[in-house]
Amino acid sequence: MSVDTATVAKIAALARLKVSEAEIAAMVPELNGILAWVEQLGEVDVTGVEPMTAVIENKLRLREDVIDADPLTGGGKRDDVLANAPAAEHGFFGVPKVIE
Amino acid sequence: MSEYRIKGETGDWEVVIGLEVHAQVVSKSKLFSGSATAFGAEPNSQVSLVDAAMPGMLPVLNKECIRQAVRTGMAINAPINKWSRFDRKNYFYADLPQGYQISQLYHPLVGEGEIEVSLDEKNPEAVKTIGIERIHVEQDAGKLMHDQHPTMSYVDLNRSGVALMEIVSKPDMRSPAEAGAYLRKLRTILRYVGSCDGNMEEGSMRADVNVSVRKPGAEFGTRTETKNVNSVRFVMAVVEQEARRQIDLIEDGGTVVQETRLYDPDRNETRSMRSKEDAHDYRYFPDPDLLPLELDEAFLAECRASLPELPDAKRARYEGPLGLSAYNANALTAEVETAMAFEELLASVAKASGKGEADVAKRVANWLLSERAGVLSANNVLASDPKNSLEANTALVVAAESGAISGSKAKEIFALYLTGDIDLAKEIEANQQTSDTGAIEAAIAKILADNADKVEQYKGGKEALFGFFVGQTMKAMQGKANPGVVNELLKKALG
Amino acid sequence: MTDVTELGVAAIREGVAKGDFTAVEVAEAFNANVAAAQQALNAFIVPTPEKAVEAAQAVDAARAAGKPLGKMAGVPIGMKDLFATRGIQTTAASHILEGFKPEYESTVSQKLWDAGAGMLGKLNLDQFAMGSSNETSYFGNVISPWRRNDGGNAALAPGGSSGGSSAAVAARLAPAATGTDTGGSIRQPAAFTGISGIKPTYGRCSRWGVVAFASSLDQAGPMARDVRDCAIMLEAMAGFDPKDSTSLDLPVPDWEAALSGDLTGKKVGIPREYRLDGMDEEVAKSWDQGIAWLKDAGAEIVEISLPHTKYALPTYYIIAPAEASSNLARYDGVRYGLRDLPDGAGLQDMYAATRAAGFGPEVKRRILIGTYVLSAGFYDAYYTQAQKVRALISRDFKEAWAHCDVILAPTTPSASFALGEKSADPLEMYLNDVFSVPASLAGLPAMSVPAGLNAEGLPLGLQIIGKPFDEQGVLNAGLAIESRAQFSAKPEKWW
Ligand SMILES: [Mg+2]
Ligand SMILES: [Zn+2]
Repeated sequence: MSVDTATVAKIAALARLKVSEAEIAAMVPELNGILAWVEQLGEVDVTGVEPMTAVIENKLRLREDVIDADPLTGGGKRDDVLANAPAAEHGFFGVPKVIE
Repeated sequence: MSEYRIKGETGDWEVVIGLEVHAQVVSKSKLFSGSATAFGAEPNSQVSLVDAAMPGMLPVLNKECIRQAVRTGMAINAPINKWSRFDRKNYFYADLPQGYQISQLYHPLVGEGEIEVSLDEKNPEAVKTIGIERIHVEQDAGKLMHDQHPTMSYVDLNRSGVALMEIVSKPDMRSPAEAGAYLRKLRTILRYVGSCDGNMEEGSMRADVNVSVRKPGAEFGTRTETKNVNSVRFVMAVVEQEARRQIDLIEDGGTVVQETRLYDPDRNETRSMRSKEDAHDYRYFPDPDLLPLELDEAFLAECRASLPELPDAKRARYEGPLGLSAYNANALTAEVETAMAFEELLASVAKASGKGEADVAKRVANWLLSERAGVLSANNVLASDPKNSLEANTALVVAAESGAISGSKAKEIFALYLTGDIDLAKEIEANQQTSDTGAIEAAIAKILADNADKVEQYKGGKEALFGFFVGQTMKAMQGKANPGVVNELLKKALG
Repeated sequence: MTDVTELGVAAIREGVAKGDFTAVEVAEAFNANVAAAQQALNAFIVPTPEKAVEAAQAVDAARAAGKPLGKMAGVPIGMKDLFATRGIQTTAASHILEGFKPEYESTVSQKLWDAGAGMLGKLNLDQFAMGSSNETSYFGNVISPWRRNDGGNAALAPGGSSGGSSAAVAARLAPAATGTDTGGSIRQPAAFTGISGIKPTYGRCSRWGVVAFASSLDQAGPMARDVRDCAIMLEAMAGFDPKDSTSLDLPVPDWEAALSGDLTGKKVGIPREYRLDGMDEEVAKSWDQGIAWLKDAGAEIVEISLPHTKYALPTYYIIAPAEASSNLARYDGVRYGLRDLPDGAGLQDMYAATRAAGFGPEVKRRILIGTYVLSAGFYDAYYTQAQKVRALISRDFKEAWAHCDVILAPTTPSASFALGEKSADPLEMYLNDVFSVPASLAGLPAMSVPAGLNAEGLPLGLQIIGKPFDEQGVLNAGLAIESRAQFSAKPEKWW
């Protein structure tokens, strides 16, 4: 499989990366080089092999349902949450107006 | 039962409906963070660093949310997948801080189930089974406000990360009424289980309505999905409007496009959602911050043991062993609070009167559904009023049940008790009805003598006057005569 | 007085504890070295001399008060700028996070401060840890303190992505530094700069508060001058963290106390497939030397096979970009970091403009690859296939453990190269990680220790890979090499 300029433009749009036509043109051969290289995986016989789920054997732990049990992952910190926002007003994050 | 058909220029059409219901899971904290879930808090006050997707933040799964979803699955007779996992659904939107929603696409927690819906309250035979494809657990998004600033939308992340169950039906519904009945029944079940509060005004339940049309018996048509519809009435309206729109479109030579739509209740119409247009490729993949979710038998057993009696089973028990009418059984089980109130009063009355529950069930049901309900509304008293207590209700129903006071006297006393300052026990005592035949006979004799003309008319065939004599007798007895005895003695006296 | 900047972790800790010098003296000495080298090496994005002194003062005060001192008491370190540090700019070397000051501290950095370490500053790295030469940082390249012995002054790569860390430790700007390793980002820069570094078993060190690159691969670890220092610092960094779902709930062993270079009874595996055609002769020679050293330490050498080795890099270059494309979606200009809002731009335009302006070319390249391999129609062919091959790579190692206790291999296919030499061809750059990536994919502990200098006078590293949780085995084999290699070369100070 190889990508063309239209495909790269589509992926860039999906990834929300604004790219110029010149950038796309430069990326096409680069991405095709990488893709052709990773496609050698196709030759591996994976019959009966399950895709890896956990790198190291480990069980998913479940957390007890307690509010703000750990202050580091609890709420009630609006100032901290908004501290780095490029636009914060009246306790909200501001974004360009969205028309739904 | 007749099938729902929509008339078009080219003949009859059938509508095919599937619902994806997002039900907010009842839990104190969010699905993957410790922040609170309460409704109506100050903007961004219930947001953790995790919910705001700060760099390096990681999800940790809330056990209670899984427990609730498992219990819900069990309530719809669906298999619980002991091995499930979370995937990321990737798209960019201002209400989605991570740039992906943690959801379950490939391996959902709950498999196929079903629920039975009643299509006609008065006809217990009119039921239909609606299949459920799956239930999966996922994060809710934040909220955007568009009307607070001329050029900006405001983002509140309080809801971001709250646990949702997405309950996906099969495309089994064929009319707005079926869709409405399904949603109501699903809500009832969720509220019984306690896994969702069912509060649609606060957005605790929202439905994505999938609608397509076809000629009866033909292949499924292309469907549209109308997002986030938040009432039973609106869901029914969406089905109607969308079916009509699609039929008109097709009959005008157009084709339905698979798309996301939005319902505008003010104009009662659906319209295409431009903002979601390019969000088709979600690039789902297993969330590498989480491991597969593995549940053991003990956890499942605990979930199963904690399930209450569910509405269908309850209704069957009310109709069978308790001997209630289908109508009353339905009315008592539709809301979990009503059923709980009924069972509580039933047990209390049975105990106080020394009778079996089956012997007093009808009396208790009638008291709750009509007599008490009537008194409360006539006097503008809320059911939650402390005076509407189990003790007061028990005393009144027991007195009426034993024949000590009449049913209408019970209502009267209850009204006085709720609105005034009376001693309930004394009032019941004072209004004990009498079965003293001597006193009643004496009263009857006087009334018949005073109303000789009416006695003539009655004997002449105007039988409706019997009620007049009953009323006069009861009045003379100050309402305390046992109405059965009065009837009997009057009949005898009037020949 | 001794030059404390020539001392490592253990020696500084001991000297402070004994009162040979104060922690403040140590901090100030290193602060001076940092300041003197900043212009030439660009190892730090933000030096924080006051933080180093502040922590040192606390240690000196604790010592004066006779309080117990932590594992890292009095040791100032460099912190890779991938770890969130409260109130101190944290950027992942990206323009998109420029100016971001987290309101939180990563678990690993907090543990280090709790152990008595102090922060000399935030170290430069490849942008979002994507790179092998430290040429992708928005804040400029890091220059290796090493130069070839040909009399030229070509600027060399310190390796990547932890290139600021490796350069700082090698140049005596810090006795130790944190690194993170996704596909070799601790081991490769350690090898390039003649220092030691260990990536522990996946899950040993919490990822909470570490800017994510590829979640299923990212692991933090120490980079220091010798094996003992790595053991000490790893003990301080590791440990169960309930905030990270992939964190291992295991006690942290006392690795330092159990260090032993005696490998009697141990088997060392030599993977046949790592001996590549056209392998750099000096690298091959140093590997043979390593084998001889380990034999001398008492180990038995066995040849093993890791048949899927050649597929490790392509597997990595599907999985890591896929995860990264999703992990980096949160950098959208809404909650923190850069916002580029062109005139009249809508929300989605703002995202695209912000991300285009904020991410560097290598980051964009990987986001595009990751987006592509996850997109509809390609997911199974790329991502699912890669996860299956990854399972096979992991299985290769499991089978190898039946025959050996640790594996010995070169760390890198070559010594350091000149900046700009490989940056034009991404694929050639990726090949740098050919020996380090397999252990990353399998989540295994692995370390690099200096083995000697090549003919150009540049360091070469040897890599030891261990079984899951067996950091001790890895450290011990590392120590066996270290004590025989007697590596004492250091870069000539030219800055
Ligand atoms: Mg939907
Ligand atoms: Zn959903």
